[in-house]
Amino acid sequence: MTQPSPQDRSAVKDESMLRQKQMLASHFSRLAAAPESGDKVVYTFVPGNLTELLLSFGVVPNLPEINALQSGMRKLSGDFIAAAEREGHSEDVCTYVKCDVGMLRQGNVGPTGALLPPPGLLLLSYTGCFTFMKWFELLQQEYSCPVAMLHVPYQPEGVITPEMREYVVRQLKEVVIPALERLTGRAYDEDALCQRLALSAAAEDDLVAVLGSARHRPSPIDAYFGGVYYLGPIFSAFRGTDEGLAYYRCLREEVEARAARGEGPVTPEGTMGEERYRLVVEGPPNWTHFREFWKMFHDEGAVVVASTYSKVGGLYDTGFRHDPSRPLESLADYCLGCYTNLGLPSRVALIERYLRDFSADGFLINSVKSCNSFSAGQLLMLRELERRTGLAGGFIESDLVDPRYFSAANIKNRLESYFQMLDQKRRHARPAALEACA
Amino acid sequence: MTAPTLESLVARAETLFRDLDLAAVRRWKDAAPGRKAIGHMPIYVPRELVHAAGMLPVGLMGGGDQIEIIRGDAYFQSYICQIPRSTIEMGLAGRLDALDGMLFPAICDVIRNLSGMWRMLFPDRLALYVDLPQAGCPELAVDFYERELLRLAGELSSLSGVPVTDEALAASIALYDANAAAVRDLDLFRAATPWKSPIHETYLVLRAANLMEVGEHTRFVRDYLAAAAASDRPELDQSRVVVTGAFCEQPPLELLRTLERAGCYIVADDFVLGPRFIRGPVATGDPPFRALARAYVERGVSTASRYEPSRKKGDWLVETVRERAAEGVVFCAASFCDPALLEQPMLVAALERAGIPHTAFKYSENLGQFQVIREQAGTFSDSIRLWGAELPPQEAVP
Ligand code: SF4
Ligand code: SF4
Repeated sequence: MTQPSPQDRSAVKDESMLRQKQMLASHFSRLAAAPESGDKVVYTFVPGNLTELLLSFGVVPNLPEINALQSGMRKLSGDFIAAAEREGHSEDVCTYVKCDVGMLRQGNVGPTGALLPPPGLLLLSYTGCFTFMKWFELLQQEYSCPVAMLHVPYQPEGVITPEMREYVVRQLKEVVIPALERLTGRAYDEDALCQRLALSAAAEDDLVAVLGSARHRPSPIDAYFGGVYYLGPIFSAFRGTDEGLAYYRCLREEVEARAARGEGPVTPEGTMGEERYRLVVEGPPNWTHFREFWKMFHDEGAVVVASTYSKVGGLYDTGFRHDPSRPLESLADYCLGCYTNLGLPSRVALIERYLRDFSADGFLINSVKSCNSFSAGQLLMLRELERRTGLAGGFIESDLVDPRYFSAANIKNRLESYFQMLDQKRRHARPAALEACA
Repeated sequence: MTAPTLESLVARAETLFRDLDLAAVRRWKDAAPGRKAIGHMPIYVPRELVHAAGMLPVGLMGGGDQIEIIRGDAYFQSYICQIPRSTIEMGLAGRLDALDGMLFPAICDVIRNLSGMWRMLFPDRLALYVDLPQAGCPELAVDFYERELLRLAGELSSLSGVPVTDEALAASIALYDANAAAVRDLDLFRAATPWKSPIHETYLVLRAANLMEVGEHTRFVRDYLAAAAASDRPELDQSRVVVTGAFCEQPPLELLRTLERAGCYIVADDFVLGPRFIRGPVATGDPPFRALARAYVERGVSTASRYEPSRKKGDWLVETVRERAAEGVVFCAASFCDPALLEQPMLVAALERAGIPHTAFKYSENLGQFQVIREQAGTFSDSIRLWGAELPPQEAVP
């Protein structure tokens, strides 16, 4: 979800990319310096992260999922996972967890090569994934620090009830905020929080404009591979900051300019050529072969116009914004609304909507072995979406950060067959059902 | 009336165990007009609510090794456990048609997502997600869960037409408390005299809770206890072990027999955990919805799917080993079971701190080969008897 610093020579870096790179470097420097500077560090998860609240207390967030995916991109995750499995962690479970445990065993050196500091608090935002709970229970064995559990109810029917919201707000007031007060010795400052929420909302407007730009033909963005770069700041430590706001303003301007020039997305291989296929993708990407994976799409002229993975850290394009006029309530709604916290029927409905709104030619599911939260039920989603839309669905399997589960030849074959199927479908008219609703 | 024989009781339990078409549920429904039944997945749902709404709660625990998966595999990738695919298989084959609704408790992402699949596949049947609390603060958890119970009661009442009043719920709680007491006696009986109650029998008697009305099951357990206590089965020289990790997808019956034949008396386990989920009676003087919520939060058993802020990981397992005078622990988890397998390293660490031997293997509900497990369990059983003698006094079982 964040800048992987690809060593590409061919692509021209936009200002937003350079900006993001600097932001992340300074964030990791601040983390590394925390033991000396006295900054308090809180580990937390991307879905349901409470960045504005943490920043209002002056603490520095560290997100183990991001460290794990960075380790995947840097080809370090295989060794980390092996180290964790040697210690008795099962081969069957989420590789993010094992990657993190293995990284810890091998010195806890973070993505930039600097040491990651231990946490002062584990903020367990339990949103959309059961494994989160186990992950921080495991980390609690390693660090003698408190855990603040924030249980976010699931949305089986895609509805946030007042009871759910109130439950989360009460936990914020009675569990999370007191834990942050104890950690920092500071009192909760709602004004400071509200200022940050206002910055978040403005950045979210720009992000939504960026994601919405994919409605253009050709799309000026890739909402999956490119999307993980665009979402880096807002999913991590930069929601509610001036830098975050400036980043999204800059990104939006670049994307709008590209759209006005009729250009496709920037990719590691350079600007995308002819847009041949417009796809919606469900499921996280593979990180160990991220660039190779993206290139398979690029080479075929396939652009992802909407993705669900880019919604795990918050679903903004359906209207949600952080809201300084109801600070804790809007944080609760944010946590409740993350993509994997939605029931399967809501997930199907969202993808169906994307297929229509973004005039997609088809959809693809990348089913990752690690993640039952995403993956359990995806085969039914595939059937259901095909049935409802008449569009072709593709299904590929890989993993997040375990290189053993990325079979390039197999995935390439499947993708080629899928694109052939799209070509065949193209010979027929676009399904009438979609035209009617488009 | 003469007391039922051990053989007849076990035969009845085994018939229910094999009743994947829910013939017993159909008979129950046919016995009076308008009766309805609600299925539920493991590990725990508040069955008292279903009962108070005038319906039969029916525990579903997968298809075991008794069904061939034809359709279910088309719904799940190879790296997902077996129980959701056999449940879908049974649903699509019409074997669960006797059920008027389903409850899916919040125990893992697979069951969670299965609840959504069920809604899509069977849109005309009630499918409710039971969001169990995981809060860091017990009072908040109780408040949340009480509201959740009220919501569920409303949904169940709409289906059955029977309102869940405080009086009705209190009466149901009393019945389930009596059942839990009988099941607890069964547990203790087995721990004290495992040779009188072979594990596959205890297991079948427990599993019968899935398909019987609660009062009938309580009598059934009591009858079994009386018959087993009167038996003259000989005590064998076996080791005493705790089995953990099998709380959801169930091991095949043959696997349980294999463990026992390999020399392990299982003196504590987490198979069919639902009827044993709450320690002590639910009824405590609180209003019934509150009492049910509080019992879950404060006196629910420790298991991998629950967050327990106040307990050190694995303490419960070490305590169980000591309380039951066990000599070792067998980790027995379903393949790809996230809760069990993510929990396991923490439990192993707790056992190692306490000097308690352990071994581990995985299974799937349709496993057909037991030779490797038999050898592993046999070796473990032999070794822990030696180990036990070598343990320093403070680590020896009391
Ligand atoms: S199971 Fe999925 S959502 Fe959960 S930590 Fe792993 S990758 Fe993330
Ligand atoms: S076996 Fe484990 S992973 Fe599978 S449904 Fe049950 S608890 Fe979930």
